[in-house]
Amino acid sequence: MEEKKTKLLDVSKTEWIILASAIVMPFIFDFSPYIQGLLIFILLWVILGSSWNLLAGFTGQVSFGHAAFFGMGAYAAAIPMLHFKISPWWGLLTGGLAAVILGYLLGVLVFRLRGPYLALGTLASGEILRLVFGEEEWLTNGHVGILYMTTWVSKYPYYFIALALAVCALISVKLVMKSKAGFYFLSIREDEDAAEALGIDTKKYKNVSMAISTFWAGTAGAFYMIYMGFIDPEVVFALHNISIITILVGIIGGVGTIWGPAIGALIMVFVQELFRSAIFGIAPQWVSGLHALIFGVLVIIVILYLPGGVVGDWKLLLKKLKLSKSLEVSK
Amino acid sequence: MSILTLDNLTKNFGGLMAVDHVSLSVEEGEILGLIGPNGSGKTTIFNLINQYFPVSEGKVFFNGTDITHKKTHEIAKIGIGRTFQKVRPLKRLTVEDNVMAAAFARESTFAGARSVAREVLKFCNLDSSSMLLAGSLPIGGRKRLEIAKALATRPKLILLDETAAGLNPGELDEAIGIIKKIRDELGITVLIVEHIIKVIMTLSDRIHAIAHGATIAEGTPEHVAKNPTVIESYLGSDYNVEDHLNV
Repeated sequence: MEEKKTKLLDVSKTEWIILASAIVMPFIFDFSPYIQGLLIFILLWVILGSSWNLLAGFTGQVSFGHAAFFGMGAYAAAIPMLHFKISPWWGLLTGGLAAVILGYLLGVLVFRLRGPYLALGTLASGEILRLVFGEEEWLTNGHVGILYMTTWVSKYPYYFIALALAVCALISVKLVMKSKAGFYFLSIREDEDAAEALGIDTKKYKNVSMAISTFWAGTAGAFYMIYMGFIDPEVVFALHNISIITILVGIIGGVGTIWGPAIGALIMVFVQELFRSAIFGIAPQWVSGLHALIFGVLVIIVILYLPGGVVGDWKLLLKKLKLSKSLEVSK
Repeated sequence: MSILTLDNLTKNFGGLMAVDHVSLSVEEGEILGLIGPNGSGKTTIFNLINQYFPVSEGKVFFNGTDITHKKTHEIAKIGIGRTFQKVRPLKRLTVEDNVMAAAFARESTFAGARSVAREVLKFCNLDSSSMLLAGSLPIGGRKRLEIAKALATRPKLILLDETAAGLNPGELDEAIGIIKKIRDELGITVLIVEHIIKVIMTLSDRIHAIAHGATIAEGTPEHVAKNPTVIESYLGSDYNVEDHLNV
């Protein structure tokens, strides 16, 4: 048998090419601020999607409340600024940590639950935080939100920061999944009780997965605050716009695959903008209201025909495309 | 020296006495067969030893230490491996990854876990299917994968729960061979629950028989097979032990 040397981090050629083009692209093309903004949002969803995917896709602990950690990170950046004039840039450090602490505390409660009950528990957690941050005005400014004059007018610095964060998130997932912890996550996903019999401290490793996942969700939240310059509870703790979209990004891209959330983020932002702009203004205006519907249909198609997502069922997808092509030819 | 001792182990589910003051000890290096009719509490005893269920009364000792209230994963760490009667492969992982996940109990590096996994897979004649998804293995392979996973945790004692059930004659002989090797080559003590008389009679040094959760006999296979209570409750009154001893 051919013995392949195990490197700490296997980076394929394709991955190098993607990274290189992501770095070089802004220098070659003169993107409009609109496109720049979309690229930043794609990267933001890559971080959030990878975060969810580690916990739900690899460890099997499906969260319907990732907005809780995203929002926590955003407020961890914003609250010290509001009260003590501390730069929200510190949020890139503290946002992740604040989300990890929140994740640990919520974990104590929700990890007693399994499957759909866990999903409902996390969903409730997210909603509770949204309400609490809306009500506690002395701390959070309530529904008025928190405003911050962004550091740069140009979007490019944000693009590169988001890119660096996304790359770090992907690398961390890749490294973890090659380690003991990664194997333990997968074992917990497949059969929690059998995993215990193999000597796996399932409680501990669910918390480890939660910690890494919430760290990236919180960091993404802090970045959002710094980049957008405005947050309120309805935006950063949103159930459908954050928690649910995070899940959809994961499902469309491929649950339990490293690159799934990245592809999912790309598709999600593309579809969203395609319809929001009424297919670049070609279609009548009412089409712009369809983006949520179209995205829902897309998810149903993926679940029915590509249960592993675009990345997980890549070969199946190619086969299906080829098949339809050859059918056309034969006609 | 006895490696595992059950002292008046008792489990009641509400009013039902699933395990009723069972005391037994497994000597280091032996193969002890645990037999009894369906529902007599054999699997429950396993579930009590590795703490899937909390013990109602009595104690479990491993190498002289009380392990009655340890957690399941701690039991695996101190050296008790187990297989499940209803096999539980990690379906969407490859066979090798299944065993690697178990091997990480003692190994901390990827390479270390992989070499342990490959060694164990070879031992269990699974090396040719190591890259298959565990969910796609036929039942014979799944049963052996259960053993492989338990072995990869490097146990001192292994609890085998009907690892031979549902196998065809060829697979049965293979399984018997592997279980023998576990004791003879790896020096691991075996506590085995089995319904197939051929397996239990060929393998066991001693047999402990239970019915309705309570001990009814203990001794050498010949001795237990001739015990009138065992014959009545388990083997059937027309059972002739000589037919099965020379297999």
